[in-house]
Amino acid sequence: MREDKILLAHGSGGKLSHDLIEQLFLPKLSNPFLQPLDDSARITNQNGPIAFTTDSYVVSPLFFPGGDIGKLAVCGTVNDLSMIGAIPAFLSLSLIIEEGFPISDIQRIVSSILESAEEAKVQIVTGDTKVVEHGAADGLFINTSGIGWVRSGTHLSGMNAKPGDRILLSGFIGDHELTILSRREGFKFQGDLKSDCAPLNDLVERMLHVSPNIRCMRDPTRGGLATTLNEIASKSNVGIMVEEEKIPVRESARGICELLGLDPLYLANEGKLIAICPPEEADRLLEVMRNHPLGTDSAIIGRVTEEHPKKVALHTLIGGHRILDMLTGSQYPRIC
Amino acid sequence: MKFIDEFRDKELAKGILKNIEKTSKRPVQLMEVCGTHTVSIFRYGIRGLLPEQVKLLSGPGCPVCVTPNQDIDLAIALSRQKDMIIVTFGDMMRVPGSTSSLQKEKAEGRDIRIIYSSLEALTIAREHPDKRVVFFAIGFETTSPTIAVAILRTKEEEIKNLFFLNSQKRIPPALYALLQSKKLNVDGFILPGHVSAILGTRPYQFIAKEFDKPAVITGFEPLDILQGIWMLIKQIEENRAVIDIQYGRIVHENGNPLAMQKIEEVFVHDHAQWRGLGSIPDSGYRFRESFKTLDAGHFDIEVEPPREHPECLCGEVLQGIKTPLECRLFRVVCHPENPIGPCMVSIEGTCHTYFKFY
Repeated sequence: MREDKILLAHGSGGKLSHDLIEQLFLPKLSNPFLQPLDDSARITNQNGPIAFTTDSYVVSPLFFPGGDIGKLAVCGTVNDLSMIGAIPAFLSLSLIIEEGFPISDIQRIVSSILESAEEAKVQIVTGDTKVVEHGAADGLFINTSGIGWVRSGTHLSGMNAKPGDRILLSGFIGDHELTILSRREGFKFQGDLKSDCAPLNDLVERMLHVSPNIRCMRDPTRGGLATTLNEIASKSNVGIMVEEEKIPVRESARGICELLGLDPLYLANEGKLIAICPPEEADRLLEVMRNHPLGTDSAIIGRVTEEHPKKVALHTLIGGHRILDMLTGSQYPRIC
Repeated sequence: MKFIDEFRDKELAKGILKNIEKTSKRPVQLMEVCGTHTVSIFRYGIRGLLPEQVKLLSGPGCPVCVTPNQDIDLAIALSRQKDMIIVTFGDMMRVPGSTSSLQKEKAEGRDIRIIYSSLEALTIAREHPDKRVVFFAIGFETTSPTIAVAILRTKEEEIKNLFFLNSQKRIPPALYALLQSKKLNVDGFILPGHVSAILGTRPYQFIAKEFDKPAVITGFEPLDILQGIWMLIKQIEENRAVIDIQYGRIVHENGNPLAMQKIEEVFVHDHAQWRGLGSIPDSGYRFRESFKTLDAGHFDIEVEPPREHPECLCGEVLQGIKTPLECRLFRVVCHPENPIGPCMVSIEGTCHTYFKFY
């Protein structure tokens, strides 16, 4: 392309719009479903229930250690589909671009979208590009919607947790939000931290294979582990007891949290999941999770209880107890 | 994590708790003066681990919470001036003044920025020579030396567009006022670790000598707090009253003379208005003559008359006379998303801590 910046005309629907699609998006993302460039994609129907989800991505900064807005836009939607036990299949991709945005950055982001889509084995089958005038958006916003095929026999839901069930977490928490925060605020103590942004569908597939009775899976994004557990306790009308010493938090993340007075239990993650399963399946499930590259640091962090329904309690490091409430007030905006 | 995990050890905690149980013979009420202690106590579930007869009360040690409405209103009025940048520490953004907050003003387009270190104010002033920058300076003795250094540097470097709205407070005079008011039923004080790292033990001697109450300067990790409580109970049971140091790894008896000297260079003690406690002699600072030109309090602007919600109990909560649970607004209309009083704003505010952990 001759231009190096996005112009309003790139969103006009005319020649420049076509150039953008033909030269920038299609070469990377093309597949038989997208190729006709009709107003809608025709996708092959499967028998059985379909999972459908959507999410918008407004993260700032657009590029960060461990990922960028493109990777996030694919992984976030893939993970939402995966959490209900669906096999992610097709994504839509809509970009809202601010006039003047560097074309080279779009190229970088499209490459990363492609890489993540390949990793997650999903196809981008339809899309849209809009350009808004300078000041009307902050660089780039992305929306992706996703369709997945629900595996027969699975019924994962936040309403299914039962007293006695074990709670498993797939690794270190807090990395994503702390990475975004330290980049944005210009902290000089990044350390080895990077976003954990990753597609979880392969991990989920292996987990469901050994433990078809998993009751519920959730990815603790905004609001963090504490908020997600509260949602499950509330929907399933059960209590949850978590062991603080079992929750995996990276040393560097703990350090930043100590300095800034943040609680890792409330920080957003983009490549972690919580699974709730019957007690007899927990050890086997943990082993499978630990054998997967995205779950090497998995741990059983607590259990579901009959006591204190709809509440999450934390057994603290020194043996005390406290209630773990939902996140109140905004922690930080635009982390995903 | 080194130097942290050691102070969160479950077995050691059990040991100290056993000692507390063995030592404690009569019911006691202890006040943790500092908000950081309150958070730690709730975060680790310390109240539930203590024997029934050992009660903890939260005190006035949250700098955001004790900032009176009129100071916030003044900062808000300043932010509305043309070509003005207000800089302050994070929690001040959300504290409601009489009719607005700095956060609301920011949403209206005023230039209000959060800083993490006092010296950042100088950087911002240098970067914007065409604007006036006002540092809304709050804090106790822990923060004051850094603010004093920022003021000294501003003068040395002849930065002409940086001013300071001083709302800093001193802890010992507030404790004096609390003890003198006799409304408070407290048997001993858990004194703030970091404030005391600057002050040492001398400024607190009146607690033991004049009011016959024991006090222990305590660190913020759970084992620190448990040990501080044990040391207090021992004093009470032995009918002693001295100012003891548990947080010996940070606090020296003489404090930090260099830090105190920096404060002295810039400020003299003066009465100050505390939210909930009223005006307390010697509990704040005013600029020395030679630094008066840097005082943003002298700007000629109109400020609305201060107003507070008539049912807000922050004042009583700050004095340890009432708990947030006794406030009619608590959880009903006052919550972290819509704080009515400052104690619900700060992460160290008693109401916020109760809301989150209780």
